[in-house]
Amino acid sequence: MENFDLTLIDWSRAQFALTALYHWLFVPLTLGITFILAIMETIYYKTGDPEWKKITKFWMTLFGINFAIGVATGIILEFEFGTNWSNYSWFVGDIFGAPLAIEGIMAFFMESTFIAIMFFGWNKVSKGFHLTATWLTAIGSNLSALWILVANGWMQNPVGMQFNPDTARNEMVDFFEVLFNPAAVNKFLHTIFSSYILAAIFVVGISAWFLLKKKEILFAKRSIVVAAIFGLIFSVMTIFTGDESAREISKSQPMKFASMEGLYHGTTNAPLVAFGILKDAPTIENPEKKDFAFKVEIPGMLSYMANLKFDSFVPGIYDLVHGNVDQGIISYSEKINRGLVARNTLSEYKLALKGNDAVLIDSLRSNFENKEWMEGYFNYFGYSYFSNPHDIIPNVPITFYSFHIMVILGGYFMALFIIVLFFVMKDTLAGKRWLLWIALWTMPLGYLASESGWIIAEMGRQPWVIQDLMPTMTAVSNIDSNSVIITFWLFFAVFTALLIAEIKIMLKQIKIGPNEGGH
Amino acid sequence: MFETLDYSILQHYWYAINALLGALLVFLLFVQGGQTLIYTVAKSELEKKMLINTLGRKWEFTFTTLVTFGGAFFASFPLFYSTSFGGAYWVWMIILFAFIVQAVSYQYRSKPNNFLGQKTYELFLIFNGVIATVFLGTAVATFFTGSGFHIDDMNRTFWDSPFRGLELALDFTRYATFINLSLGLAVFFLSRVLANLYFLNTIDHLEINQRAHKSLFNNAIPFLVFFLFFLVNILLIDGFAVNPDTKEVFMEPNKYLHNLLQMPIVLILFLLGVVMVLMGILRAYFVPKKCSSKGIWISGIGTVFTVFGLLLIAGYNNTAYYPSYSDLQSSITIFNSSSSKYTLVAMSYVSLMVPFVLAYIVYAWRAVNNKKIDAAEMNEESHTY
Repeated sequence: MENFDLTLIDWSRAQFALTALYHWLFVPLTLGITFILAIMETIYYKTGDPEWKKITKFWMTLFGINFAIGVATGIILEFEFGTNWSNYSWFVGDIFGAPLAIEGIMAFFMESTFIAIMFFGWNKVSKGFHLTATWLTAIGSNLSALWILVANGWMQNPVGMQFNPDTARNEMVDFFEVLFNPAAVNKFLHTIFSSYILAAIFVVGISAWFLLKKKEILFAKRSIVVAAIFGLIFSVMTIFTGDESAREISKSQPMKFASMEGLYHGTTNAPLVAFGILKDAPTIENPEKKDFAFKVEIPGMLSYMANLKFDSFVPGIYDLVHGNVDQGIISYSEKINRGLVARNTLSEYKLALKGNDAVLIDSLRSNFENKEWMEGYFNYFGYSYFSNPHDIIPNVPITFYSFHIMVILGGYFMALFIIVLFFVMKDTLAGKRWLLWIALWTMPLGYLASESGWIIAEMGRQPWVIQDLMPTMTAVSNIDSNSVIITFWLFFAVFTALLIAEIKIMLKQIKIGPNEGGH
Repeated sequence: MFETLDYSILQHYWYAINALLGALLVFLLFVQGGQTLIYTVAKSELEKKMLINTLGRKWEFTFTTLVTFGGAFFASFPLFYSTSFGGAYWVWMIILFAFIVQAVSYQYRSKPNNFLGQKTYELFLIFNGVIATVFLGTAVATFFTGSGFHIDDMNRTFWDSPFRGLELALDFTRYATFINLSLGLAVFFLSRVLANLYFLNTIDHLEINQRAHKSLFNNAIPFLVFFLFFLVNILLIDGFAVNPDTKEVFMEPNKYLHNLLQMPIVLILFLLGVVMVLMGILRAYFVPKKCSSKGIWISGIGTVFTVFGLLLIAGYNNTAYYPSYSDLQSSITIFNSSSSKYTLVAMSYVSLMVPFVLAYIVYAWRAVNNKKIDAAEMNEESHTY
């Protein structure tokens, strides 16, 4: 590895992880509860029943408390690309900046304009206009997620661009390829649907508390019906989009896919580890070391997940690192060599430009216009920054456990919604105190599952900031690490204080209940 | 449609869009200005509540405009984004912290059990009000006076000072620091002027209106002093010019004065803006019964014109808009910092949505502000800050 300031890189990553994880504590609830609010208000609009207005206003108050801190933690993420990842920003601003700008123009304004009407417009605009504003707030916040996830999807699977040797950066050549990037589409759908589950868990959990306290029974029951149906529908949708996502990852990020399953040695009929405890990872010296202390497998399922064929081959971590001739997989060492060829060619091109050597300029430039050369060499540009192929493996235990926590909890949430709805239909839910307690304590699990999803997405693709093109270590700004350490702790202190405030305010509002109008 | 346009026209178009967003942002900083007045224009709890509530219905516009401004610059001029944000690290971090604490303060201030206490959230609002206006104004001044950085041939930025941008407001050995700070303070006082006009427009309360009227004058005077100091200075200093053929950056005496004179439309726009700002203030002050409500719109639109004009003279007419005084050739121009033509074209289509966005903002603004805030509403309305 070349000389990089590892302290700076680690703290910059830590800061981004801290701010992103904090931000993600609040976003999924916003994405989902805005639709739940819109549904509740629609029922109020249709029936005119004031109880539904009371229900809507109560959840709206909780949404407002959550939304404020979501906005507070969100602003830093956009600007952090510039402040802490300026080399990345310059390198890909041509592509990555566009979705962020569109988010601002299209989505964020819609959200922030109509949210004001939603909160303050009850006595100022007509019922119909207010309802429209509530729906537009929901649509605006989800559109906002669309553009952010398009940007993130591009980092996972860079498409729709071409390298320009004159500017030494990637430039967009097909906007729609970026927008409809399979990684982005799957990521968007999987992320918003799973966020809807979290919002449903939130509403069911708090409503369960009211039932346990034998307060606001009608309010609680109605809230549970809306949220549990909503949650169940999107649990099913989340499974479908998760399945699609896994297939997409197996193609564009096979190393992440292998890490998610702790699969060191590739095989046909690869089994899916339904549950497992990792042991020490196999090493180069001892590649056959036992990798699991314990595991429950579903035979052939991983192959099916990746290729829809039970007998297909799924490459393991070592197939990718060392190559697999039979499967036509190039080793990382070879990719490093090819990346070096691409990087040296770019350096020579830059020198030729300075020297004004027209013949050399033309001959070097032709490489960048040659599709085969670009695919054979330039596509591995990012590998040139590594010297040890083992540095290109993500943290397997974190990726593996995050994935399994997410999937297991996803299954559990669906079961919970079914059981809750079953007792709702029998009208015996209020008496099932054990189930109400479970529903209440499922709330933190919803957050755990949601954060785990992001940990897989972001930790699983390390050491890349843009898959295969740009290693994370080359993306950082040239700042002294002390500045980043200071801002890290400032963020930690401020966000933690605000989180405590948010939770305390929310608990108080829940205790006050819906009758007080939220204040 | 946009595909047929020349690359240079697209670069100018996008610079203008960013300048317009910047200009709108300065106007919307009235929210920040208002936050610094909550202890002076209001004397009782109820009056303070009224001020915070009328501002609280608009704070998200300012916030969103800032985010969009950042996103639009990222997309259209990524080298500026990476250089300024990655370089002037501490300036941007302090600005961002000021916005982080603002975002929660409206919602949390008056809620029971809010952990930090009402006073803390009010101090957050004041902190945001001072920092956002002074720092953003000072940062914009560096478009004229420059910063110390160089960019290598892989476009990586190296900032000269370990103070990471703070030196531009604190290094008093350089005369440019005074110019920078003068714009920062001008924006601060302007935001308070606009806030008073906004209070007069949206609040129906005699004492508040009287104090806002007085405060309008008290802030207009320092605004004018600092703004004139800034303006005279930038018209007199050497500016960062770009040779259109070689793209070489060089110092040109009175460059910004030349830019104004060589771009008559910008000159007219700028002068019109200044006149409107003054007119809004003077009419609201001297003919309060008839004109106090309209002041925010006249001075507000004037602010947009003035700042738009200022930003155009910083970047148009072959001028480096984010110059480096320590390495002239590292200076950022609209030519060397922009995205590719394809991206600018794609983004230009997106920009066609802006009028629709403005239209629904105006519609929603009117719907929420159709009736002035009064004491009764503070007690009746279920959702207040």
